[in-house]
Amino acid sequence: MTDIPFSRALHPESPIGGSRPPLSRDPVVLPGPSIGSMTDQICAIALRERAFLWWWIAMIPASLLTGLLVAAILWLFYAGVGIWGIDWPVVWGFAIINYVWWIAIASGGTFISALFYLTGVEWRTSLNRSAETMTVFAAACAGIYPILHLGRPWLFYWLFPFPNTMTLWPQFRSPLLWDFFAIFTYVTSSILFWYLGLIPDLLATMRDRAATRRKQLVYGAMALGFRGSDRQWRHYHVTYGVLAAIMAPLVISVHSIVGLDFAGAATVGWHSTEFPPFFVFGALLSGFAMVLLLVIPLRRLLSLEDFITGRHFDILCKMLLVSSLCLAYAYMMDAFTVFYGAQRAEKIMFIDKVSGSLAPVYWATILLNVLLPQLMWFQRLRLNQALIVVISLGVIVGMWCERYTIVVMSLRRTHLASAWGDYHPTFWDWATLFGTVGLFASGIFLCVRFLPVISMFEMRALLQSRPREGERQ
Amino acid sequence: MSGTQHLPSIAKDPRSLATDKPEPHLYRWKPEGPAAWAMSVDLNACIGCNACVVACQAENNIPVVGKEQVIREREMHWLRIDRYYEGSSTAPDSYFQPVLCMHCEEAPCETVCPVGATVHDSEGLNVMVYNRCIGTRFCSNNCPYKVRRFNYFAFANEEQRPPEARNPDVTVRGRGVMEKCTFCLQRIAEARIAADRENRPVGEVRTACQAACPTQAFTFGNMADPDSEVAKRKQSPLDYALLADQNTRPRVTYEARIRNPKPPNEGSGG
Repeated sequence: MTDIPFSRALHPESPIGGSRPPLSRDPVVLPGPSIGSMTDQICAIALRERAFLWWWIAMIPASLLTGLLVAAILWLFYAGVGIWGIDWPVVWGFAIINYVWWIAIASGGTFISALFYLTGVEWRTSLNRSAETMTVFAAACAGIYPILHLGRPWLFYWLFPFPNTMTLWPQFRSPLLWDFFAIFTYVTSSILFWYLGLIPDLLATMRDRAATRRKQLVYGAMALGFRGSDRQWRHYHVTYGVLAAIMAPLVISVHSIVGLDFAGAATVGWHSTEFPPFFVFGALLSGFAMVLLLVIPLRRLLSLEDFITGRHFDILCKMLLVSSLCLAYAYMMDAFTVFYGAQRAEKIMFIDKVSGSLAPVYWATILLNVLLPQLMWFQRLRLNQALIVVISLGVIVGMWCERYTIVVMSLRRTHLASAWGDYHPTFWDWATLFGTVGLFASGIFLCVRFLPVISMFEMRALLQSRPREGERQ
Repeated sequence: MSGTQHLPSIAKDPRSLATDKPEPHLYRWKPEGPAAWAMSVDLNACIGCNACVVACQAENNIPVVGKEQVIREREMHWLRIDRYYEGSSTAPDSYFQPVLCMHCEEAPCETVCPVGATVHDSEGLNVMVYNRCIGTRFCSNNCPYKVRRFNYFAFANEEQRPPEARNPDVTVRGRGVMEKCTFCLQRIAEARIAADRENRPVGEVRTACQAACPTQAFTFGNMADPDSEVAKRKQSPLDYALLADQNTRPRVTYEARIRNPKPPNEGSGG
């Protein structure tokens, strides 16, 4: 595409490898790299003495936004949730919207690394590390919102069924309680899964190649005593398989429960059996979009063209298209059930949604989540990186709009017209939203800087099983 | 929605509004306490004067949040007067309907609270445990009547009201908890104590809104006692429940307003 990639100039020690346009018939790994050169390249990125210039340029705004998040949270704890725009009857606002948005984004990594591990898909190997890293930080961003959302956040642990002197238990009929369990499980197992995947790379490769004693100690300690013996590898593979088998259904259960947080209430616009699958579809769409959004710049900036090829773009864009079609079905059923059910309050709310003062948000959702991804039907467009970035970014924004529609538009049109209201987000609402974007970006950048961006031990296995140059037709 | 009926249609079918036909259900918990507190609001009597709103605010230490917070839709009224208009926009007929916590027997707010901060007591009251509330606000979302109010800030602290102007029998709520109508729980407790002392069943209780109403639109009492006025009023053919299709079995019901307008074809010549 470009004659001299920007990254090459900044990254002189990278091996010579395909700076060529991606093709859909590309193999999962281009023929260029050998096991040795791959390990050299990936380790060199993480073990560099000084960070890339682009890394600093990206890191500065990300950490400033993280600082803003800290300020917003401190002010929130001091002053109370009244600093946000929530009111009566719209008692849920950005905190819930952002929570659902982030947890949906997190699904992408789990889906790719756990489900496709179980099904033995080989293209997963190039993506799983970056996708899992994305999941960990997206889930972390999601995880803080339910606590910030509370009127008395310091009492969040009352959701735990812990023995206490008052013999009080949480209330097991509430979807929110199950949501708390689901998120807790999801965040914990995502971190474990991600970290477990890192261990062999940290030990065998990174520790031995680290130049300074300090780095050797840190990477070595992080490997938690993994020495790569036969026995350890056997246990390692069993553990990894078990965790993957736990993670894959978690994608479905977490998003179903998030859907039930809404559907479990008899609130206008929420009370629908369609919500659990609807939320799973939405989660997959935003998950794949975020993986694409992350992988495209990383591929160029870190010269990963050999490992992230046209085939990956092709597959991810097809997944994006499929989940977008599923979501389109959910949107259609959402409209259908309103009129089929023929409840007056539901109809009034729906008509307000599609033609009221906030209608542009609804139509932006349709445009960005359903109509634009249809371009992915064309193979040529599935390889056009600029277009993929635009569409993925569109989906990320569109999914946020969808949650805005669900939370705000349903709550502001309740059964009784006397309780209709409105919602006006404040500066602190936006600060918290963009603050978590900063937290997410900072986390990703730090991992890109200090950890291998590709799972090297899995990539070595893939390279080993690859047919030799001469054997290819 | 306000259940206004024109006299001819009521005369034709007096029980057209009645919601006493059994709704489908799988399981229904019955409070087993000695009393079943309930209210009936006569919409024919309500003149929309808001005396009940003010009385409730004074009785229950409800904070006055100030102009800015009212603009941001955060007023704390446990009781509000809904208005409905009919006819031309220049000279509409207005109808008033006081709306307070309905103390639903099948309360939707209770099932969604993750910590069980809002529960039912043995006398059918839907009670709010302020100390247990962590402020998820899910109860408000699931309340079809939207009668729950949330302390977005420490409204009670910021209020101008001097401490001695507060009702000592009612808790002052802190920041971050939900609150709502209690059916004047403190007055019920007082009546129960008096009844216990005299060793007789609990007698008459007057809620603050009822005591303040100049037209006696509110009737409150023990529904389990068939001779109580509230039980009798609930036998009225005009008795109906707000949003009965939500199957919440509210303990507050309304007596529909009857109008007997001049038929249009007999209208004045002018």
